[in-house]
Amino acid sequence: MITLTLKEQPSVPLEAEVLSPDVTAQLSTAGIRALPVYLGKRQRRVDDFFEVDGGSSDQITIRGDASRVKWLGRAMTRGRIVVDGNAGMHLGAYMSGGTIEVSGNGSDWVGAEMSGGLIRIGGNAGGQIGAAYRGSSTGMRDGTILIGGSAGLEVGMRMKRGIIAVSGPVRDFAGLQMKGGTIVLGCGAELRTGAWMIRGTIISLGPVPLMPTFSYAATYVPGFLRIYSAYLSSLGITLPFDERRGAYRRYTGDTSVPGKGEILIWAPRGA
Amino acid sequence: MARERRGVEIVDTFAEAFDMRAARVIVTAASDAWARTAATSMTGFATSVIGCKVEAGIEAMLSPDATPDGRPGASVLVFAFNAEGLGTRLVERVGQTVLTCPTTACFDGLPAATDRVPVGSVLRHFGDKLQSSKFLDGRRYWRVPVMEGEFLVQDAFGMQKAIGGGNLLILARDQAAALSAAEAAAAAMRNVPGVILPFPGGIVRAGSKVGAKRYKNMIASTNEAYCPTVRGRVGVESQLPESVNSVLEIVIDGLDRGAIEAAMRVGLDAACQPGVVQISAGNYGGKLGKHHFRLHEL
Repeated sequence: MITLTLKEQPSVPLEAEVLSPDVTAQLSTAGIRALPVYLGKRQRRVDDFFEVDGGSSDQITIRGDASRVKWLGRAMTRGRIVVDGNAGMHLGAYMSGGTIEVSGNGSDWVGAEMSGGLIRIGGNAGGQIGAAYRGSSTGMRDGTILIGGSAGLEVGMRMKRGIIAVSGPVRDFAGLQMKGGTIVLGCGAELRTGAWMIRGTIISLGPVPLMPTFSYAATYVPGFLRIYSAYLSSLGITLPFDERRGAYRRYTGDTSVPGKGEILIWAPRGA
Repeated sequence: MARERRGVEIVDTFAEAFDMRAARVIVTAASDAWARTAATSMTGFATSVIGCKVEAGIEAMLSPDATPDGRPGASVLVFAFNAEGLGTRLVERVGQTVLTCPTTACFDGLPAATDRVPVGSVLRHFGDKLQSSKFLDGRRYWRVPVMEGEFLVQDAFGMQKAIGGGNLLILARDQAAALSAAEAAAAAMRNVPGVILPFPGGIVRAGSKVGAKRYKNMIASTNEAYCPTVRGRVGVESQLPESVNSVLEIVIDGLDRGAIEAAMRVGLDAACQPGVVQISAGNYGGKLGKHHFRLHEL
């Protein structure tokens, strides 16, 4: 176990992609302390900003408000990062395995273009969760992102596989240009949900204003939701599928692309 | 040397079994009854690879907590001679009997198997390009639109080496005693995981030998050595003691040797009933199948 305690909030964002289990597993305490991080354009050492305890482990705990520490767990393939506080932008971007848990808030680009692993944020997150970077054709390729609070714009933009579940409210363009995968909206979303989506599933447990390019298909409980519900239940997320309690209204689209995607909106029985 | 159990002689012989390929299919439905209906339909006309190209049976009925989608289900084992044949038969049977059955879904029951055979990825074409898929935890599921709603089927099913043709022969004084003993044996053997008894009710009255002595083109023909009504005919080398007037066989297919041994063990014990003279087993002198199950070693 490695514990990194932030000495003080950096004055500008600190780029710390070296703080990844793949890197620290090979290094002693001294080696971790000497790892390079970037404060703006200046190269500095990890121990300029963190108290470092432990070494040679793929289990990392970061303590303090790391909301200005970017790229934590970048491209990690294994191990576990626990952030006891907030985390900065690009958390877990490009990761393919392992687990990241943040007790506080995340920021933009959480799990951008990730291809495996699990990211769990207890609080709120920013925009572009699991999204494709600008100019890139494909976002999240697999894995799971769980957000306990709210999320910003373009959640799951161009994602191809994997699951993003946001318990709180989500802003505009959730599932923008989505190619596959599943987004679960615990409290619905704001405008233009599923815009230009080609494939994939957006499940909303709350009301969602739909674009006119989505067509109503049927009200039912898709069989695959039982599998997804079991998977999410193991992660503490509830996805209803009991037909005695309600069903999902299925809308297909976005027909302006044209798309083969779907938006499933939970409709409680009797509501 | 002969051994006895409750007055029944256990013949010092062995059952001869063969390599096969097997898949386990989990069929779920809205109710236990519909799961059983689908599984029964899927395992119909699947008694022997000789005539049916496949052997299949219900391994067990499953409670909702034992199925992937939390609904009542049935575990079906399907056996064929090779991987190609198994794949073809699975697509045929799942497509014709499970896809068509109300409320069902179909899942792979051998997730750890490295050999995979495409099933959902073939059946998806029934959706006429209106199908879609979901990918979760390394597994792809196809959603095929049907009039009732959607048929959910896993993309590929696990396949493993297996053994077919384990057997017991129950030699009895009369038909009633043979049937009673065979029913008891089959009931006991059905509780063993990893095996099926592919014949009707788990019991076969028409055991066969390879080829025929009197017809050139027959693949299999009656096993006259155990047919009481032709005992004494010229050219028939009967294996039946004088007191035996009816014989029934139980054929066992299993995922591995241990499962077949366990099933034969409990079956043999249950079959030792009043009226039964001998428990024997069918073999071809050890020339055809490499798996030998000696009755005295069970």
